[in-house]
Amino acid sequence: MGVFYGRIEKLDTGFMAEYFPLYVEAAKLTFRLGMTGILFSLVIGVVCSLAGYYHVPVLRQIAVVYVELSRNTPLLVQLFFLYFGLPKIGVMLSSEGCAVIGLSFLGGSYMAEALRSGLEAVEKGQMESALAIGLNRFQVMRYVIFPQALATSVPPLCANVIFLIKETSVFSVVALADLMYVAKDLIGLYYQTDEALLMLVISYLVLLLPISVAAGLIERRLRYAGFGD
Amino acid sequence: MQDLGIRVLFMGNNFIRLLGGLWITVKISLISVGLSIVFGLLLGMIMTLKNPIVKCLTKIYLEFIRIMPQLVLLFLVYFGATKSFGLQLSGEVSAVIVFTMWGTAEMGDLVRGALISIPKHQYESGAALGLESRQIYRYIIVPQTLRRLLPLAINLATRMVKTTSLIVLIGVVEVLKVAQQIIEANRYTVPDSALWIYGCVFFLYFIVCWPVSRLAVRMEKKWEN
Repeated sequence: MGVFYGRIEKLDTGFMAEYFPLYVEAAKLTFRLGMTGILFSLVIGVVCSLAGYYHVPVLRQIAVVYVELSRNTPLLVQLFFLYFGLPKIGVMLSSEGCAVIGLSFLGGSYMAEALRSGLEAVEKGQMESALAIGLNRFQVMRYVIFPQALATSVPPLCANVIFLIKETSVFSVVALADLMYVAKDLIGLYYQTDEALLMLVISYLVLLLPISVAAGLIERRLRYAGFGD
Repeated sequence: MQDLGIRVLFMGNNFIRLLGGLWITVKISLISVGLSIVFGLLLGMIMTLKNPIVKCLTKIYLEFIRIMPQLVLLFLVYFGATKSFGLQLSGEVSAVIVFTMWGTAEMGDLVRGALISIPKHQYESGAALGLESRQIYRYIIVPQTLRRLLPLAINLATRMVKTTSLIVLIGVVEVLKVAQQIIEANRYTVPDSALWIYGCVFFLYFIVCWPVSRLAVRMEKKWEN
């Protein structure tokens, strides 16, 4: 432990204060792109899971292929393809565009799986009973199936949100000044490794701890909404 | 022009080199998965203990490892350990350390979940039938735990293979780096090779991960109660 105390005393607080704004800017960028990506992921996830649930002919097969492709490849490779590969056939994307498209491509399949498991957990009888009392297909989904499915889907959805924000840490490869980029830059320029890394860890804690705690609270609340157990 | 790009893939030994790069990735993840299973089983058993101090320590370890992006952990070990403790770790060794630490945390949580999901009456019924404690574990507890654990552990393994792609960012020459080298070497003769080479890397990862995750899905379906 002595080693750690020694290093904490030696930390250059002036340096940390000077470069603190850089981290704030980078954290904002990470948060903004992460949230945009998560929003699009949710949209893709809803479309894919509903296509599977209602057995929509062509869309369902496309969704299956997409989910397998996206879940079995790393975001880093997807970004390299988008950022360095696609311009060769004339598709030029900005750094931010690549980042958001990449994150949505990855996240969409995870969201789809989470929603699918929720929809499948709702018993068939629920749908039949709802139809029997004269609700139309939209009402069945809106008032009967969806609320029950959501209760099952929320824990994996929350886990996906945290997972996707963590995945934003590779955005520096498409030339975005995110937290990793700032940290690596400071290490390279000033060799203040301890300070740069400490601020990096703190930044991610500040970003992710509240989300993690909130996810835990939401999960606990929704557990009472379960039917039958 | 379109048919030029893919030619690069089969020029010289380019494709073999890409496969060699992929092997580095797979090798590092296999070593980490192996170590994670061993340490994860231990951690999982430790986490079922009732001791509050042990509980608190394992919880902090688990939460910290889980909340930090793996790339941050790689930076901490690769750059941090060198500066702070004067340890000159190579990229590969740092990667194995980080992925083992991460895998152990995830695996430990899975093992803990599987262990506490076995109801107490399973132990008691076994004892009532006159089985010894060793027999109860051998014939009742371990088979049930394994059924719950195996699909999840296999999923974790594919996640680790995918996450291992990050090691290119701490300077390990793996499949993405080899791809970059091939593209740079052919920049003037075949300017549009990037599309094909990165596309190829994309499918190489897919070919490695897809069968394994199908296996996990099949096991899960087969063992559903």
